[in-house]
Formats: sequence, C-alpha cells, structure tokens
Amino acid sequence: MAHTDHTTHLHDDHAHHGPEKGIMRWIKTTNHKDLGTLYLVFAFTMFFIGGLMSLVIRAELFHPGLQFVHPEFFNSMTTLHALVMIFGGVMPAFTGLANWMVPMQIGCSDLALPRINNWGFWILPFAFALLLSTLFMPSGGPAGGWTMYPPLVLQMGEGFPFLIFAVHLMGISSITGAINVAVTILNMRAPGMTLLKMPLFCWTWLITAYLLIATMPVLAGAVTMLLTDRYFGTSFFTASGGGDPVLFQHVFWFFGHPEVYILILPAFGVVSTIIPTFARKTLFGYDSMVYATASIAFLSFIVWAHHMFTVGMPLAGELFFMFSTMLIAVPTGVKVFNWVATMWRGSMTFETPMLFAVAFVFLFTIGGFSGLMLAMAPVDFQYHDTYFVVAHFHYVLVPGAVFSILAGVYYWIPKWTGRMYSEFWGKTHFWLSAVFINITFFPQHFLGLAGMQRRVPDYAVQFTDFNEISTIGAFGFFVSQFIFIFNMLRCMSKSGVPATDRVWEGAHGLEWTVPSPAPYHTFEVPPYVGDDETSNLHDTAKAH
Amino acid sequence: MQKMLGLARFAALMSSLLASGSALAYTGAKWNLPEGVTEISHEVHGLHMMVFWICVVIGVVVFGAMFYSVFAHRKSKGAVAAKFHESTTVEIIWTAIPFFILVAMAIPAAATLVKMDDTRNADLSIKVTGYQWKWQYEYVGEDVSYFSTLAKTSNKARQLQSGVDVNTVDNYLVDVDNPLVLPVGKKIRFLITSNDVIHAWWVSQIAVKKDAIPGYINEVWTKIDEPGTFRGVCAELCGRDHGFMPIVVKALPEDEFKAWLAEKKGGGEQVAAAATTSVMPAAATMTDAAPAAEAPVEVAAVTPAPAAAAPAAAAGKSKEDLVAHGEKVYKGNCAACHQVTGAGMPPTFPALVGSKVATGPKAGAIAQVLKGKNMMPPFSQLSDDDIAGVLTYVASSWGNKGEIVQAADVAAARK
Repeated sequence: MAHTDHTTHLHDDHAHHGPEKGIMRWIKTTNHKDLGTLYLVFAFTMFFIGGLMSLVIRAELFHPGLQFVHPEFFNSMTTLHALVMIFGGVMPAFTGLANWMVPMQIGCSDLALPRINNWGFWILPFAFALLLSTLFMPSGGPAGGWTMYPPLVLQMGEGFPFLIFAVHLMGISSITGAINVAVTILNMRAPGMTLLKMPLFCWTWLITAYLLIATMPVLAGAVTMLLTDRYFGTSFFTASGGGDPVLFQHVFWFFGHPEVYILILPAFGVVSTIIPTFARKTLFGYDSMVYATASIAFLSFIVWAHHMFTVGMPLAGELFFMFSTMLIAVPTGVKVFNWVATMWRGSMTFETPMLFAVAFVFLFTIGGFSGLMLAMAPVDFQYHDTYFVVAHFHYVLVPGAVFSILAGVYYWIPKWTGRMYSEFWGKTHFWLSAVFINITFFPQHFLGLAGMQRRVPDYAVQFTDFNEISTIGAFGFFVSQFIFIFNMLRCMSKSGVPATDRVWEGAHGLEWTVPSPAPYHTFEVPPYVGDDETSNLHDTAKAH
Repeated sequence: MQKMLGLARFAALMSSLLASGSALAYTGAKWNLPEGVTEISHEVHGLHMMVFWICVVIGVVVFGAMFYSVFAHRKSKGAVAAKFHESTTVEIIWTAIPFFILVAMAIPAAATLVKMDDTRNADLSIKVTGYQWKWQYEYVGEDVSYFSTLAKTSNKARQLQSGVDVNTVDNYLVDVDNPLVLPVGKKIRFLITSNDVIHAWWVSQIAVKKDAIPGYINEVWTKIDEPGTFRGVCAELCGRDHGFMPIVVKALPEDEFKAWLAEKKGGGEQVAAAATTSVMPAAATMTDAAPAAEAPVEVAAVTPAPAAAAPAAAAGKSKEDLVAHGEKVYKGNCAACHQVTGAGMPPTFPALVGSKVATGPKAGAIAQVLKGKNMMPPFSQLSDDDIAGVLTYVASSWGNKGEIVQAADVAAARK
C-alpha cells in the first residue's frame, strides 16, 4: 500500500507542478502554452518593428521627391519590412497559435517534442538580432529585396553573411516547429479522433507543416549558394563564371510560392473554426475543405514561375505556369463558397473574432481576384513589379493572414487568460483596422495599373494623390493596433470579466471542455471524443 | 475652422482625383492600365478588362450572398440556425463553374501570349542594355549606340531635400537626356540584356516588360501604331537608383526616323574609333557569358558622346576647380559603389584609396573610366570636363597623390 501511495505521490508531483518562477520560466520552458505565448509576444513585437519600417516607407512616399531618407536606406526598409513581417511576424504568430491550440484541439498534453519546441523558439530572437544588426553597420542593411536576387544581393556590404545566417536560423526554427506539429498531430490525437474528425485548424496546420518541411531546406540551399558565390569563388548564379542568375529565382520561388500558402493555410483553418461558432451552424463541406486545402498545397509546388513571367521563359513554360496558376482559383473558390454557405441560414452574432473572420472572407477574396488577374501571363507583363502586385499580396497578407491571427487571438484569449477582452474596444479596433487597411492598400491597385513600379522611394507627380491616401491609411492602421495590444494586456493582467469554460455560445471542440483559464497542463489523460464535441465540427457524426 | 479647412482639402483632393488629363504626363492613365498604342497593348488591355469584369460579377454574386446572409441571418433578428452542412450536388456545381470560366479566360490569354512570343521578321533590332543606373540603346547593324540617363532637371530635383518643388519639373522622373527613337509601323525587336544586375525594361503603353539579365539576351517585340512619346521605367529592383532610370520612347513617322538615324550616324563618325572600343568590353562580356545568345551582339557600336565637345578650355583648369567639380561628379556617379569615403565595398567594388589605377599614370585611369572594367560600366557618356574633374578629385583625395587630369587629356584619349 505504502509503495503505491509513494508512486502516486511522485506521479502527482511530476504531473501537476506549476511553472517556474521568474524569467527562467520563459527561458527553460518546454510547455506548449508558455511557448505559444512566447511565440505570439515575439510575433507582435516583430509586427511592431516591421510596422515602423512600413511607416518609414509610407512617410517617404507621402509626397514625390526625397524628403526623409536616402534611396539605399529606403531599399533596406522595404527588404527588412518583408523579412521581418513574413519570418518574424506572420509565421511565428501561426506557430504560436499552433503551440497553444493543436494539443488542446486534439486532446493531448503537449507537443511531441517539447525541448525542440523550446529550441525552435529561442533561435528566433538571435536570428532577428543578426538580421537587424546589419542596420547598424557602415554599409547598411540588406537592400536587394527580400527575394535576395543575385547579382544585386551580392553587392551588399559586410552585413551579407548576417543576412544569410539569419535566414538559415529562421529556416531551422520553422522546420523544428513544423516537424513538431506534424508529429504531434499524426501520433498524439485522442482516441477516437480520426484524421477526418480533426478540427480544420489542425488540418491546415498539418498541411502547412509539410509545406515547411519540403521548402525551407530549398531556401537554405539557395542562400548557401549565394554565400559560396560571394566568399568561396563558386559561380552558381554569376553569369561571367558560367552560372545563371535565373537559376536562383527558380530555386527561390520553388520555396517562395509554397511559402505564400504557408502564410495563408493556417489562416483558412482559423476562419473555418470561427465562422461556424458564431453562425451556430456546422461548417459546410468539411471534407471538401480538407481536400481543397490539400489541392492548394499540391498546386503550390507547380506554379512557382508565375513570379517570373518576365524573365524570358520559353512559351511552353509560360503557358504551363499560367494554366496551373489559374487552377488554384478552383480549390480557393471552393473554400470561399463553403464559408459563405456556412454563414447562410445560420444564427449569426458578430463578436470581434467573427467580424475579423467575415472581413477576412471579403478582403482575402479581393486579394484572390487580383491574384487571378496576375495569373494571366500576357497581362501580368503589365502588372509585374508594380504597386498592383503590392496591393495584391498585402490584401492576402494583411486583411488575410494578419486579420485571421487577430481573429484567432480574440477568439481564444478568453480560454488562455480566463478573462474576456473588452468587446467595445475589440469592435472599435476592428472597424478602424478594416477601414484603414482599405485606405492603405486599395489605391495601390490604381497606382500600379497607371504605371508606378514597386520598390521605389520616389515617383512621377501624377501618383501623388493615391500615395497620400495610402500613407494616411498606413499611419491610421498602425495606431489602431495599439487598441488591440491594450485590450490583450488587459486580459493578461487578469482584469476584465471572467470567462466561462465554453466562452462562446456556439463553440465546439475539445479546447472548450477544459476550464478557463486553461490549466498549465491539460489532457494528461486522453479525453473521450464524444459526439457532442465533434458533431458540430463536421459531418462525420452520422458515422457513430 | 480647422474642420472646414480639412473638408476643403479633402474636396480638393477628390476633385484632383476625378480630374483626368491633368499632369498625367507619364502613362496618360490615372486609375487603370493605359490602352496603349500597339495591337498587343490593346489586346492586353482587353484581357485585363475582361478578367476585371469577370471578377466583378463573381464578386457581386458571392459578396451579395454573404452580405445578405450577414444582414438577414442574424440571431438578433430571431434567425434559427439551419442544420444542413453538405451538399454534393452544390459542391460539384461550384467546382465546375469556376473551372469553365477559367478555361474561357485561358484561351484568349494563351492566344495573346503566342502572338507576343513571335519575334520573327523584325524590321529593326535594338539591343537594350541595362546598367546601374542607365540604359544603353544599340541600333543593331546601324552603327548607332548611345546611353540614356535620367534628365538633368529631374536628377537635380530628386536629391534628398533638394529644395526643388518636383511639381515644377517637367516629366519628373520619367524624362531622359537621350530618348530611344523608333519608327512607327515597323516591327521592332528588342534584345534585352544587362551589364551588371537584373533590370527590367518596361514601357506600359506598348505593353512591353522584359527582364534585363546579365548573361541572357531576352527577345521581345513591338509595332507602334502612332507617333508620340511614351514613357516607362525600370521595373526590377536594381539597387540604389532603381527608381531613377526611366525610359522614354519617341516614335516618329518612318521618314523622320530615317532622317534622325542618318544624322545620328553622321554625328558619330569622328569619335567612332574610340567609342567602339569603349563599348566593346561590355559586349564582349555579354557574349562570353551567354553561350545561348544567337543574336548579333558584336556590332561595332558608336557613341556620339554629344556632351564631349568641351568648350575651348584647352588651357586647362586649376587643380582646385577640377577637384571641386569632380567631387560633385563623384558623388553623383561613383559613390554608390566606391563609397563617399573611397573605401569601396571589396571584393565587388574595389577601394580607390591607394588604388594603383587611380594614383597611377593618368592614361590608365582615363581608359578605365571610358571603357569600364568588370562590374564597372563605361562612363563615356560623361563630358570631358566631368571625367577630368572626377579623376583629379580621386587622384588627390583620401591621401591619394596622383596626376591632375585635364579635359584635353580625356578628349585625346577618346580619339
């Protein structure tokens, strides 16, 4: 008897210990919730830094003529803005959401590889310290665009190896995160949760994880070749040495196009979770959502050269990449139709997460339309490298990916902190964001069509009006985000109305069966996946 | 009162947005793609409008359904959630319909693409070479070749805090010193390449955009229907002055074009020999690096160097004058690579401090500026005065002790 008591006691000690105290909790933590928080805090810090860079860009473009910065610095702002927002903002934010939610949605106690999880996160601050330190070097930061095309990127000064190693580190971090999510989802689902009973957020993340594992090493290879071209006398991309500058573009976009879907598939998952909750209705076409996501992922590997229509490919190549790119509209369309059908004849309420999710469907689709236009190769020759493209990818990335991150945080933070955010300030934040983001990016369509090229610090005077509007929108959007930050800090500081366990009337899924705030350890004993929690996620309930 | 002013300003902004034709010097378009002046550009514009309207119709249907739902199916209006969550029929329909719409879009797009690809039977070939940050145009087989750079007025106004109101500069940032002159009604083939990094040659009104890539020669063609001046820009990020290397195409009736070409050839004869060598290194690099290039690139090209005829300052300038003038030239043309400090960015851009060429015999330095070397493009388009100034400046700055160069030395070297 005594013996049994003893083991039980030890087991309890082990299982229910709380977090460490002080800073060491965050440095040493292997807890998926702690790391989720760290990822999200890091991501929003990077959003802030990248946002400041975009303000430098927009301030300089407020009027024609150079007012504030030299062209080299302007170029390093556009380059770093992209790298910081993509690798420092959107990707870690989604990894943060995955850290928090994947174990809680599939009913396991933590990610499969908790120590790698810690390592994957703590690489990131070093990666970005390396990257941003180049700004303080005499020759300045990287200014050749985030796409790092040679030969231009090889003209960078002494910061060049810092750029390359920073990209390597970001890649390692992403790969560890992706492996962790994939292994967890494939091995640690609660008994009874078959793959086709999984919440869609887990599905989209599983597919994203495969995209990451497949493409990040390609990027690492490409930048390593840049490094050896610069320092070890190779000529992979140097024409005078027998190399090929276009080869880099092929390799880069073989990574780069799946990367686009890495940035948006988890967003699809978030939106597919939120809309059914607030429509109080089951997601329409769960299976076709899964298949559409998988099709998009597959197609993303065979469309890369649509970023390169102007490099002078053979006709057959241009036709192939035009057709394959246009095909992506089919599964993407299916997703949009399914979201609308989910809302159709629902019983909707419009709390902040739902507002962001509906805006996502609307504005992401506008980005999808311009994407369809860009797919048409002969017309792409006119759009390519203009502000039309800038407007396009910002529509899919800001009111697309970023809105879904905001929606996800509003949706789940009552579960994380046990406190409701302020609905009034949430809605204020939403409306300001939605208005300003359109003021920022919609006029850029007109700029691009009328002839303004990307990545320039100055422009012909005919573009002044739209640039002024765009700059006003950018500053408004940036300032509005502080409402969100304070709203979230309020939850984290445990003020505000306590949240119920279910939080949202229409919420379904395992994460809502644990108390609010979620205990430090959840689902140490695998839960029973009952009909009531899964039947409203999708249509497999009838199988029971 | 403040509010009134704000409103007035807003009204002014709106009216200027709606006004068309004012200050649209660049592409002539404000909101939309210009229709342009070639058959292809009309087709491209037509495709663009077709896709646009298809998107508008789909958008109206989808967003119409969504917003109807948002307003009608809300809990506060007593809506009760329906139970349906799948319908194979509906899902097949809305997979199939977009597919057929896409096929309908792809067919005319492919047809236009095939037309754009056909560069055969051109009446005239122009080799376009991108440099950081200017364009070189060679009329293949015609012994005419020259550089085209940002117009001086724009260049002055675009400096950081130049104090010049750019609204007063004609064609700000889309004007050049030597436009590309083309005949109307002829099929013109462009052979586009680059000497350093990747650029892209884009003129919206003729719907031509093609990357200029070192080691590649890209072909593209146009046939301009009407005379006029059409402006464009470099569309691929190419470093510091990416935004400052515009393109101007001047389309002339055929007889005027012939007259222009004849004059250009005549004016170039005197400096033919020197200029040929000045352009050769670039051309040679190109052929070495481009085994696939079948185009005739080794054409003896001629740089007329219009600014070269320095006024009769044969007596020479004082060292101080040369250095003062040269410093400006240096900052405008050399500092991007060799840096203001002369330290360069080795190994790509060598330091000028203590450089053997810069401090050695002046003949070597002049030759390198006129002809270029490796990554360094030829700067033969600078005037003799400018080259003399800048070489003297380099030879006597940062502790360098080299020879003074006079404009006459440069003129002699050009011969």
